[in-house]
Amino acid sequence: MLRDTVDRLIADTYRFEQRRVYMQSPAGFSRENWRRFADLGLLGLPFAESFGGIGGGGVEVMVLMNAFGRGLVVEPYLACVVLCGGLLRECAAMRPIADLIEGETIFALAHGERQARYALADVATTARRAAGGYVLNGRKTLVLNGDSADRLLVSARTAGGSRDRRGITLFLADRDAKGVGVRGYPTNDGMRAAEIDFDAVRVGADAVVGEVDDALPVIEKVVDQTIAALVAEASGAMTALCDLTADYLKTRQQFGRPIGSFQALQHRFVEMLLASEQAKSMAYLAATAWDSNDAASRARAVSAAKAEIGRGGRFVGQQAVQLHGGIGMTDEYSVGHYFKRLTMIDALFGNADHHLARFADMIAAETAAAQ
Amino acid sequence: MDLSLNAGERAFRDEARAFVADNLPPVIRRKVLDGRPLKKDDYVAWQKILHKRGWIAPHWPVEWGGAGWTPIQQYIFEEETASAGAPPIIAFGVHMLGPVLIAYGSEAQKKRYLPRILASDDWWCQGFSEPNAGSDLASLRTRARREGDVYVLNGQKTWTTYAQYADMMFCLARTADTAKKQEGISFLLLDMKSSGVTVRPIITLDGRGEINEVFFDDVRIPVSDRVGEENRGWTYAKYLLGYERTNIAGIARSKQQLRRLKSIAAAETSNGRPLLDDRRFREKIAAVEIELMALEMTNLRVLADGRPRGELGYAPSLLKIKGTEIQQSITELLLEAAGPFALPFVPEALEEGSNVAPVGPAHAAPLAPQYFNWRKVSIFGGSNEIQKNVVAKMVLGF
Repeated sequence: MLRDTVDRLIADTYRFEQRRVYMQSPAGFSRENWRRFADLGLLGLPFAESFGGIGGGGVEVMVLMNAFGRGLVVEPYLACVVLCGGLLRECAAMRPIADLIEGETIFALAHGERQARYALADVATTARRAAGGYVLNGRKTLVLNGDSADRLLVSARTAGGSRDRRGITLFLADRDAKGVGVRGYPTNDGMRAAEIDFDAVRVGADAVVGEVDDALPVIEKVVDQTIAALVAEASGAMTALCDLTADYLKTRQQFGRPIGSFQALQHRFVEMLLASEQAKSMAYLAATAWDSNDAASRARAVSAAKAEIGRGGRFVGQQAVQLHGGIGMTDEYSVGHYFKRLTMIDALFGNADHHLARFADMIAAETAAAQ
Repeated sequence: MDLSLNAGERAFRDEARAFVADNLPPVIRRKVLDGRPLKKDDYVAWQKILHKRGWIAPHWPVEWGGAGWTPIQQYIFEEETASAGAPPIIAFGVHMLGPVLIAYGSEAQKKRYLPRILASDDWWCQGFSEPNAGSDLASLRTRARREGDVYVLNGQKTWTTYAQYADMMFCLARTADTAKKQEGISFLLLDMKSSGVTVRPIITLDGRGEINEVFFDDVRIPVSDRVGEENRGWTYAKYLLGYERTNIAGIARSKQQLRRLKSIAAAETSNGRPLLDDRRFREKIAAVEIELMALEMTNLRVLADGRPRGELGYAPSLLKIKGTEIQQSITELLLEAAGPFALPFVPEALEEGSNVAPVGPAHAAPLAPQYFNWRKVSIFGGSNEIQKNVVAKMVLGF
């Protein structure tokens, strides 16, 4: 049912030429599509009915993100619904969740900082207590869809030093609040992000989302869920690339026959297919870990999945371009756009090396514990 | 076999190094080392500097303006220019057409075109590939119909690098329908300002317009601008592609890019420590460096081989395959080094004189576009799959 809905949505609204039009709008996506998502209930997908949602979990998000990966959807579903929605849900922030599901308010998470690379605990932005609330100071980087968001979730230090696990708190701030400076820009995959400066931004005590000083475990959990969604998106993009490449190999004629009749290319294609099937399996694995509150087993599945699709997605993207030849290098053909999105998916929330190292560290910890 | 430099070669290296240090404009050098896009004028300016010194086409015969260098001297020179941040020489005139004209051109063609190639007065482009003739180049359909002492050209070329800059094009066109399709092709030279030539840019994955489609609608070419004999163009094209492949390994450039990678990995931090301290990342750099060392020695072995280029068997294909694999591995590691800062696409920040600041560290801004752009090197100049076919056919016989 959900699958039919999203498949139809992609077929109706995401032809390659339509996507280009959405990308060229000032926000970098279509608000009309966003309203359609709201009408279809997609914005409420990963929220319990008690929050006004439709009670979906990891598997439902996977189904949706897989289709979005095939369509190369540019609307900020990941940044707003999965990431910010997840944080609001874990913190039971009822009012913002209602706004999000309704579709009129778009949220973005301002968490990453220049020095942090992929370390989630590396937060230097500060929140100083002041009369009636807090004052935020700091610079956030690579805020996904940060320039089109109406409201920002901001992580800041209320205690501890940079990279301490404790002492991070989440705040809600309006994007156009005094002292918030936003520089938006396109990203290499045709989406958008922003650098956001907080210069003595005053927020009330009620701006705190979740527990003071203890946001990191929540951020880690929701980032793991976001990665699970990204893995599903990557799997969809890899499926699309295999389909496009198979069509090309069957129709492109050189030396008087389809190039897919050459064994060297057949074997390369099969390796792409293998990577794509492995990615699909990893999307399932990550989706089933979605709701787990056992941080270790959730992290194990998610890091394994991200490492696998990071490498596999890169391979499939590179080979799809190679097997298409020159046409795969062009902006006017879709193959290159899937390749670019897969490249950026690897760079987001920890690349293949980062998650391989995280997984390897878990092996060490598990083995030590077993002895 | 002794591959170390002798005293004369060391003196030559010092001379080349001093020349580049004294003559390479700092603005161009900075752009090259930072990986920012070069303008047509940047390439031409550097080529004219080399021409003044007599070093633009050292591999040509001395009588036509070559430098009379040994292959080892040429290798030293490539190494010195690349490591100092000199732009690459645009290959079409100096490395591709020049040798073909010297081998097969008429005296009039040599006198007319070679000095203009040396002086960078003409920018040449290559009209080989067509929409339906890529790897199977011999199936090309652009047709040159003979009418008295002109050819009338109709058809289309594609992936034409820098056609937008070009004054002239050398191209392959069908002049006869023969059973063996390689036998009906001629090698023609045409003025890009001729009536009936239309250039349409193709935007590539890096957002830039380096390649083009070129359309011919009744373009008239004097028969005197045909190189060699009619219907023998395939032979000349093969000669040219053999030349191209010895340059395509790009070893000197890869060594320079490897240095860039190490300096970026030293500057990037992860958990408060340099990325270069990350053992896994460092080992990946080491693995590429080892491959590059081996290829450099392979290249030197090929250079030390006395046989002329074009008679080196499968060596040029191997250099192309491994050279481009290494180039792509390095661009991939550069992308990884940028980490999340691979994301922003702010090409304005890379333009000369721009006041748009890059997002994140300045070194990160060109890395993703470069990675995307560099996928081309395993596709063009005879794809790596075609190169493997060439080698297999030579060694295995089928």
